[in-house]
Amino acid sequence: MSGSDNKWIGENTIRPDGADKVTGRAAFAADTSMPGMIWGKVLRSPHAHAVIKGIDTSKAEALPGVKAVMTAADIVDFPTDTPVALGIQDMRWMCRNVMAREKALFHGHPVAAVAAMTEAIAAEACKLIEVDYEVLPHAIEIDDALAPDAPILHDFIEFEGKPSNIAGTIEHTKGDVEAGFAEADVVIERDFTTRPVHQGYIEPHACLVSVASDNKTTIWSSSQGQFMVRAMVGLLTGLTQSDIRAIPAEIGGGFGGKTIVYLEPLATILSKKSGRPVKMTMTREEVMRASGPTSGSKSTIKIGVKKDGTITAAEGIYWLQAGGLPGAPVRGAVGCALAPYDIANGHTLGYDVVCNRSKVAAYRAPGAPIGAFGVECVIDELAEAIGMDPLDLRLKNAAREGTQAVHGPTYPVMGYVESLTSAKAHEHYNAPLGPNQGRGVASGFWFNAGGESSAQVNITEDGNVVVTTGHPDIGGSRAGIANICAELLGIDYKRISVLIGDTATIGFSNLTGGSRVLFASSMVVTESTKNIIRTLCELAAKIWDIDPDAVEWEDGAARPAGANAGQFDPLTLAELAARANETGGPIGAGAQVNTTGAEGGFGTHICDVEVDPELGIARVIRYTVLQDVGRAVHPAYVEGQMQGGAAQAIGWALNEEYLYDKDGKVDNPGFLDYRMPVASDLPMLDTHIIEIPNPKHPQGVRGVGEVPLVPGLSAVRNAVYNAIGIRFNDLPLSPPRILAALDVREAAE
Amino acid sequence: MAKLHISTTINGEPEEFLCTPDETMLDVLRNQLDLTGAKEGCGSGDCGACSITLDGTLVCSCLMLAAEAEGKKITTIEGMAEGETLHPLQQKFLEEAALQCGICTPGMLIAAKALLDENPDPTETEVRFWLAGNLCRCTGYDKIIRAVLDTAADMRGAA
Repeated sequence: MSGSDNKWIGENTIRPDGADKVTGRAAFAADTSMPGMIWGKVLRSPHAHAVIKGIDTSKAEALPGVKAVMTAADIVDFPTDTPVALGIQDMRWMCRNVMAREKALFHGHPVAAVAAMTEAIAAEACKLIEVDYEVLPHAIEIDDALAPDAPILHDFIEFEGKPSNIAGTIEHTKGDVEAGFAEADVVIERDFTTRPVHQGYIEPHACLVSVASDNKTTIWSSSQGQFMVRAMVGLLTGLTQSDIRAIPAEIGGGFGGKTIVYLEPLATILSKKSGRPVKMTMTREEVMRASGPTSGSKSTIKIGVKKDGTITAAEGIYWLQAGGLPGAPVRGAVGCALAPYDIANGHTLGYDVVCNRSKVAAYRAPGAPIGAFGVECVIDELAEAIGMDPLDLRLKNAAREGTQAVHGPTYPVMGYVESLTSAKAHEHYNAPLGPNQGRGVASGFWFNAGGESSAQVNITEDGNVVVTTGHPDIGGSRAGIANICAELLGIDYKRISVLIGDTATIGFSNLTGGSRVLFASSMVVTESTKNIIRTLCELAAKIWDIDPDAVEWEDGAARPAGANAGQFDPLTLAELAARANETGGPIGAGAQVNTTGAEGGFGTHICDVEVDPELGIARVIRYTVLQDVGRAVHPAYVEGQMQGGAAQAIGWALNEEYLYDKDGKVDNPGFLDYRMPVASDLPMLDTHIIEIPNPKHPQGVRGVGEVPLVPGLSAVRNAVYNAIGIRFNDLPLSPPRILAALDVREAAE
Repeated sequence: MAKLHISTTINGEPEEFLCTPDETMLDVLRNQLDLTGAKEGCGSGDCGACSITLDGTLVCSCLMLAAEAEGKKITTIEGMAEGETLHPLQQKFLEEAALQCGICTPGMLIAAKALLDENPDPTETEVRFWLAGNLCRCTGYDKIIRAVLDTAADMRGAA
């Protein structure tokens, strides 16, 4: 558990960016303007699948007020036969996603963009662009894309020697599943589907870009990585990275959906062409049609157990929608699906299926909720079949330190078992249920991530601290960093300002994503701060004329130690900073590390629902999230991650889905009809933080943010089963679906 | 389109602006008056990120024509604190970590204040239904609801 000797780690301090955020001062992507700024607008494909035979922009260019028009011809082309990787993205697909090249691949796919004096003129000009389309048949659903006569999206994709919409596979195998199933007393095999869901950030994508005549480029945008923005814009426009300064605006939610660019390269090209700063914002409808979401999926899950509960074999076969270009989160589905369990014989296989929907983007534990959904449902059914408590069945097979996961790694010390035993002992799990109420449980895993991070810690002349890191702060990470730095320096956290640097002012830092930010940034901040403390001790030693090794840092001051203990009065940070000029100069230190040691995260959820048999509404009435977080540096924001993930899971399970019309057009591109949870849909979301420190991290931190989305889909579904006795294997459990199932049962009775 | 001349009061100060008849209050606030605290999350009145009050009534500024501001009193998030002193709701949101990314926060605060102005002792259910028009995707609403209830209790205690 957390060290009781900590003063700031574990405290719910006020976030450094808090006052700006409650007064409306914080500048998000759309909140910045520039002198001479003009507005950009995107023309989007009205077809779900069409060859672009030609584009005539002359009438748009002639419209008064129009300053620039662009098409895919202005974007660097990455030929389809040569991969160009940038992180998990491939520039072959990115260059075709930001603007349709040979083909429009989904309704809403950008085909051209205009910059004009006003947004209205830009929109008017878009209507004057003439695009010659050859409309093709489209495939939205997985089964449509896999049908023998399916329209093939890309002639360069082949599977098993034939043109196909299957763009790739990932497979994990351990042991021999057929032999394992033969050993089982009970084997259950079920088919499942999940619908594509959007990340649902409240801030639409937006940017402001200025390209000067010498190519010096400034980009204000909200993203999950200013360095990703710099790199992608450089690659897509041909600008050199050193000419691009990407400034991270405050980001209004991302959840993975802002780990790629949409507007920035277009605004950059329009700015270069027009010679003016260009601002672009998406409408909510554009966000829903053309950004995100995560994949829809279908899967077949087969698990066998002995009567004593031992899982003898487990298999999961998954198909995930990639959207118009390859890249569904297959790795998360096949890697995380069986990860909570110690299984001798396991097999997972996932297919990346292209279809005429917007290209998927990462969404909180990308693929993992899809992977876990069917597995956690079948485990629930198996528990009932052998008459075992569902938590006990999980405990019987729980992965522990030393377990070799089906997806490969051998686990270090971690707290999955503790999440189960805590759930079993929790008052919630043992509370009585009323009529039409039911309870479900489920578990989940996410890999977590390390990677590149940079920090600079500077001591101000008045003896305070400025910390700069390279990760956009989405959920309060600045508050966690302030706590850690305050703890190490032994000073009040309010003396520490934590800022997010732009690409010109801080070293390369990888994305805010994968639950990596506090893990990685606290490593570089710790290293920098420890270097500063060493410098401060050296300065004090110089002043005292003793050996630096005979100085220790405690409670915000250098103190003589060892044989010199008590010989000199302590020198505080402020005193040392004031004398820095005479003793050595500016005090600061930076660190740039490719961090490792981010161990996986596990959690278990308990969900109670009440189902209205007349209306078919399943309402979550109680929810508890239990998770090993390693160390809760700022507990309130850790709880916030657990609660936010659970809420998104509830939305995915109960209501969220895209509806398409017969022409392949999204029918519900707005918050009224795409139904995310609102305040009156949810109960309080209880949290139970478990702290099994990560031994590979200076503060014991594990990633937190992704895990809480993973178990929720099945926890809700299992609760609905417990309430009304019907096992739903297709999400969402929306009122029409529940009512239909109740009607079918009634007719049969 | 000829522009209209509008005289109004914003955050207690007289204000004049020109707008076209089809311009929304949100666009005028953000693009003309540099009051960017109100956010556009949807433009259709579904997310509440653009919430302001008009003569004390909670409205989505994206659904209001700027011309409707004539002769009215508008309050935005920029007018919620009194000088250096945060409104108790603003302070409680910070203390209880009732925000993560912060994009919904201005609208959420304006809406919560409108609730407490009308009902200083709301139940949890009343808070949840009042704020049902303000979407938050980060928090699951838990800490927001608690912060509003705790502020209401504090303000009743102080009154």
